[in-house]
Amino acid sequence: MTALAARRRHPLATAVLVLIGLVVMGAAYAAVLPGRAAASGTVSADVEAGRKVFLANCATCHGLQAQGRNNAPSLIGVGAASVDFQVGTGRMPLQQSGPQAPQSKRKLSDDEVRQVAAYIASLSPGPSIPTSEEYAATGGDVSRGGLIFRTNCAMCHNFAGKGGALTRGKYAASLTGVEPKYIYEAMLTGPQSMPVFNDQTMDPQAKKDVIAYLQTIEKAPSPGGFALGSIGPVSEGLVGWAVGLLALIGCAVWLGRKTS
Amino acid sequence: MSTHDSNGSAGDGGLERHDDDHGALERHGEVSAVPERFENPGLPDHLHRVTDVDPRAARRAERQVALMFGLSALGTIVTTVAYYAVQLDSDLSFDAYLGRVKLSNFLLGFGLFLALFFVGAGAIHWAKTLMPDDERVEYRHLQRGTEEQRADALRILKEGAAETGLGRRPLLRNSLLGAMALIPLPAVFLLRDTGPLPGDSLSTTVWKKGTRLTLDPTGQPLKAEDLTIGSIAHIMPEGIEKTEHPLDERAKAAVLVMRLNPDDLAEESQAGAFSGIVAYSKICTHMGCPVALYEQQTHHLLCPCHQSTFDLKQNCKVIFGPAKRPLPQLPITVDDEGYLVAKDGFSQAVGPSFWERG
Repeated sequence: MTALAARRRHPLATAVLVLIGLVVMGAAYAAVLPGRAAASGTVSADVEAGRKVFLANCATCHGLQAQGRNNAPSLIGVGAASVDFQVGTGRMPLQQSGPQAPQSKRKLSDDEVRQVAAYIASLSPGPSIPTSEEYAATGGDVSRGGLIFRTNCAMCHNFAGKGGALTRGKYAASLTGVEPKYIYEAMLTGPQSMPVFNDQTMDPQAKKDVIAYLQTIEKAPSPGGFALGSIGPVSEGLVGWAVGLLALIGCAVWLGRKTS
Repeated sequence: MSTHDSNGSAGDGGLERHDDDHGALERHGEVSAVPERFENPGLPDHLHRVTDVDPRAARRAERQVALMFGLSALGTIVTTVAYYAVQLDSDLSFDAYLGRVKLSNFLLGFGLFLALFFVGAGAIHWAKTLMPDDERVEYRHLQRGTEEQRADALRILKEGAAETGLGRRPLLRNSLLGAMALIPLPAVFLLRDTGPLPGDSLSTTVWKKGTRLTLDPTGQPLKAEDLTIGSIAHIMPEGIEKTEHPLDERAKAAVLVMRLNPDDLAEESQAGAFSGIVAYSKICTHMGCPVALYEQQTHHLLCPCHQSTFDLKQNCKVIFGPAKRPLPQLPITVDDEGYLVAKDGFSQAVGPSFWERG
């Protein structure tokens, strides 16, 4: 003790104290944060792996920093939900430029989609991928969903969710057979021409109701017999004219013919 | 089966004149230069049908007709049974109910088709195969009456006119004209009162200064920060359900709210905008359809009925389609609590043109 006290004015004493302080601080920091460091290990691994997948598949158009170039929009702030929708439904990576990125075969694996989503989400906060409880139709009010669908969605996606035309080759996609998760993400993020229906303008319960409504009309029988694609007067008129009129002409020919 | 007998004495004279030459041309002798070109070729030889010569074919045709009539009867039975057997109970589940409606519609339609089509088809098949089909000739008679008949008719008309004495009794004639002139008068007020006059209802909506914007159909008010860029919201004024005629009011007051990058907005829309949020009437200025298709990348609003396209970046100017006027803008701001409210009502009538609007 006296030896220590005697050396307290040693020129190196300050340096030793600072060193001891730093070691204690570092040890305490490491002791307090081990769990978080371990957890963020996989996330940051996802982000890192996602960055590589992004550079290999997306950066050609969206830029090395996902900042967007020419016609390709910036992906900063679009959120994981947007990536999951666009890549998960095969719309991205885009095969060829055109009026609209069509739904097609998925090109990246589940893991790769998750990794790119994690990478994009790490750039700036945005809508995250909904959980299965959020997008499941259970607990959705079908009737209220119908009201919301007819006010907000039916003008583009057709009263039966069969999709419809927009301008210059763009179109609203058919909603038949689309996974509820992707319907939810589309409402949340507003992909391509579709506007955004965020949780304030269309709350999560309303989204659930819409999904419940879509699932109901998808499997509900058509009371009119033949639905003819449920696309309204175009197919109905075509069948009416082609089949109905042909049958009438056939009857008229039979009426006018002389019996042999 | 009238052949040469005719309907009425008036035609007899004409018929006699033109039974043999079958036309008026040669009667006047005007085409005698080339008469052989118009020679009547007469009727082709009568060909007997299979059913006329073969009794077995006739019996077969008879059975076919009976079968068709039987099908018709079956159709009637199907329709009757289906009407009572397929019950549309209200306690069914949605899917089961729709399935029941589908079955009911199908059976009723198919049964009625059988019943009506085959009774007609059977009758025609009967007529075509079994009833006599030998050709018969029936000439037209002249429509013009004889000279005596025409003179007689003229005499009757003249006598009638003289008997009324209109020329001699000007009081009668003038009072009749006066009464006739007055008769259309009640139409003016009867037709005018068939419905209430629109008044200023075509030019006004329930929007006024301070009316909150609420979501359609849930009715919840909307804050400015709720709308992210690229968002759209379908809006009704707060309290529209409590108005006297909610449906009439909804048809005029529907509004679309969108948030854009403020730099994308045109100069003229800035005054009614709130940090990039703009509200425009949803009622098309062409025929009044809801202009609700919004392309968030091009900022075009489309009308689903006739494809009128309005450019949000140019204060909703018409860039395609039959609409002639831009969609009116609803000026908006926020109230003390941060909810979006109308800064004022619409400055012009919404929806399609009407007479007084000009």
